[in-house]
Amino acid sequence: MPLVFETQPRGRIARWLDQWGERLIPADPDLRDGLRVLVFRIIALTSVALGLNYLYYRYTRSLNVNALWFAIPLLLAETYSFIDTLLFMFMMWRPALRSAPPTTPDHTVDVFITSYSEPVALVRQTAEAALRIRYPHNTYVLDDGNRPEMRTVCEEIGCGYITRGPEWQNRPRHAKAGNVNNALLQTTGEFVLILDADQIPEPEILDHTLGYFTDPKVAFVQTPQYFYNVPLGDPFGSQAPLFYGPIQRGKDGWNAAFFCGSNAVLRREALLQLGLVTYVQETQERLIQGLSRLPVEARGTRVRHSYRQAALQITRAAEDAVVDLREGRAIGDVLDGFHQALRNAQRKAVAGDLQNIMRDLAGIEAQDARSGENRVSGASEARAAIEHGLLALADELAAVAAPPPEALGLDPRLVQMLQMDSGEALDVQPLATFSITEDMATAMRLHSIGWQSVFHSEILAQGLAPEDLASALGQRLRWGAGTIQVMLHDNPLTKPGLSWPQRLQYFTTMYSYFSGFASLIYLVAPIIYLLTGISPVVSYASEFLWRIVPYLLVNKLMFAFVAWGIDVFRGEQYSLALFPLWIRAVVTVFGGGKLTFTVTPKTRQSGVFLNLVIPQLAIVVLLVMGVFYALFGLLVGWRNDMTGVIVNIFWAGYDIVMLSVILRAAVYRPPSGE
Amino acid sequence: MEYKVEEQGEKRATVRLVGRLDASSAPILRDALKDCVAHDLTALVVDMEGISFIDSSGLSALVSGFRSAREQEGTLVLACAGPQVRVALELTRLNQVFAIYEDVEAALASLAE
Repeated sequence: MPLVFETQPRGRIARWLDQWGERLIPADPDLRDGLRVLVFRIIALTSVALGLNYLYYRYTRSLNVNALWFAIPLLLAETYSFIDTLLFMFMMWRPALRSAPPTTPDHTVDVFITSYSEPVALVRQTAEAALRIRYPHNTYVLDDGNRPEMRTVCEEIGCGYITRGPEWQNRPRHAKAGNVNNALLQTTGEFVLILDADQIPEPEILDHTLGYFTDPKVAFVQTPQYFYNVPLGDPFGSQAPLFYGPIQRGKDGWNAAFFCGSNAVLRREALLQLGLVTYVQETQERLIQGLSRLPVEARGTRVRHSYRQAALQITRAAEDAVVDLREGRAIGDVLDGFHQALRNAQRKAVAGDLQNIMRDLAGIEAQDARSGENRVSGASEARAAIEHGLLALADELAAVAAPPPEALGLDPRLVQMLQMDSGEALDVQPLATFSITEDMATAMRLHSIGWQSVFHSEILAQGLAPEDLASALGQRLRWGAGTIQVMLHDNPLTKPGLSWPQRLQYFTTMYSYFSGFASLIYLVAPIIYLLTGISPVVSYASEFLWRIVPYLLVNKLMFAFVAWGIDVFRGEQYSLALFPLWIRAVVTVFGGGKLTFTVTPKTRQSGVFLNLVIPQLAIVVLLVMGVFYALFGLLVGWRNDMTGVIVNIFWAGYDIVMLSVILRAAVYRPPSGE
Repeated sequence: MEYKVEEQGEKRATVRLVGRLDASSAPILRDALKDCVAHDLTALVVDMEGISFIDSSGLSALVSGFRSAREQEGTLVLACAGPQVRVALELTRLNQVFAIYEDVEAALASLAE
């Protein structure tokens, strides 16, 4: 029986709607899909129209000018959410609905199981399942932890074992991306299935996915991530059925299905091509940067007077080289030219030294003549020889005894760079290494050089979700920060080669991580109003309600329609409740803080974690206080803004329900018997 | 580059060098040799055993030191020149200017007249 994301038992209304649905909706699946898309588009456009209607009112008539410090942030937050709705609509506009073409035989496949510090028994389980995959393949465990026990287990069960070689000594390791890049160079399969250490594959995983590669433009096929250890109620919001369902299908419709680091099959040729393209690009950039710095550094160092001419020559050559590189001249040619200039400069410096030597030899000759002693010092022969062939000798001498680069104002690191030593262990690194979410960055790059991706909407592997709040939060912080890192380093909006729909798909995900700021405002706004009576809007009366209520309702309807049959409430709760995390992710990345790739623990870290949720706790307390205070105020007669209070009480209630998820998660203990 | 001067009696001294004798260290050697001559040490043995690399400015410093010594009726010889040093000296025919000895003792002995 195929694995599916579990759905909650359906409520009565839902079942009633289902019944009517059965009667109204056509049986033909194509027609049904077409109808679903059409209905979505209608609802979404309506939502957008209502949103514009609402925002127009808000921007032009609703601001409480006596409390702009309050009104403007709230308005900005609502604008952020409206743009989010727009992006969501666009993302879901034409979802891809695929079925896998049949698989052809005779393809070579490598299965990579990446591991660093996970328990050996866990990796063994995954490896044994991988060996049972039906389609002929080779299985390898990529052990970054280099553990002898792991090697023994691999030998015992009969799978390959790959670790990093000596070329990685003293070079950056790049965590999982480096691990996979390393293995790519040691294997040869046409396709590669990447699995995390805990992701146990189904035997038919390759049979159901290789068929997509018949289209030569497909670079990778991503399948969902599903967790088998999620307790009832999913307290940590680990399952992501919305993302690994409608959302990826939506992105797939725009040829922007994401690569998620595991449970995906990739075409080796695509990866290697990407690695080479990236290599050339980055080499070019590195050379331009290094050569551009050269004149500045040369002027700064104390170059000996006699070498100043030579140093000047080199800086001029560097400036020419930068111009050539920017114009797109071949790197090899430009470097040859620069090397030539470097040798000329060295020759010049050596010629200068030879002239000094000649002068001293002449002095020695004169001394010999004066002292009268017949000191056969060979000085005159040497001097004559130098004089006769100064340039040729300078050439020969420069080959064996040239002044070092620093003497000519060259940073020795530049020389290393000019020798095409990038400082990395591997020159060609297919998987992007600049972000801890190397998967998204790699997918973006593949898309930008013309490859296509596929999302196959069937669960074909299952793994372990974090079993305690600290690990779950840590994982989400890294995803968030990593995604923003990609946005800053390799901005999809400006990256050449991507289509505009693709740019927006990547941007949408990155944009959503800024929701923390908006969420904070949404949480604090009712607190301020309930406790102080200060309102961000001129009035909560009918005009306001007539505009906001339909907008919110249709918005929710749009979302519910997309998520029909999928349990997304948890996800929604966590989206709001993790606002401190999202804010922290943005601030860390923009502040230039260091982010390191740490492996999410696969075993439970014990304890109660209320200290992790202090901001949320504080907000809930304040919300509750606000509600009671405002009600009391109304009752006693301190205040008479009943409409406003009622609206804000509903608002506060909604916020409390949403935040409750994380408070429960903080004190969650698995049922006894674990 | 490091250097160490040791007096050996009768105006002789050994100048032991360790490191690279290139554009950045040549001025140091030049000054050191001038210094020796100024202190009436005019029969100099430059011990090159610790020198891994010499460039054109290093050669120039040696010649300049030789000239300083000659101007005080002294001399300068080399000991324990490594392969790269020898090649540099041969290319410039400076091996006919400097006497090159296999070891410091032989060099000192030759200066003892």
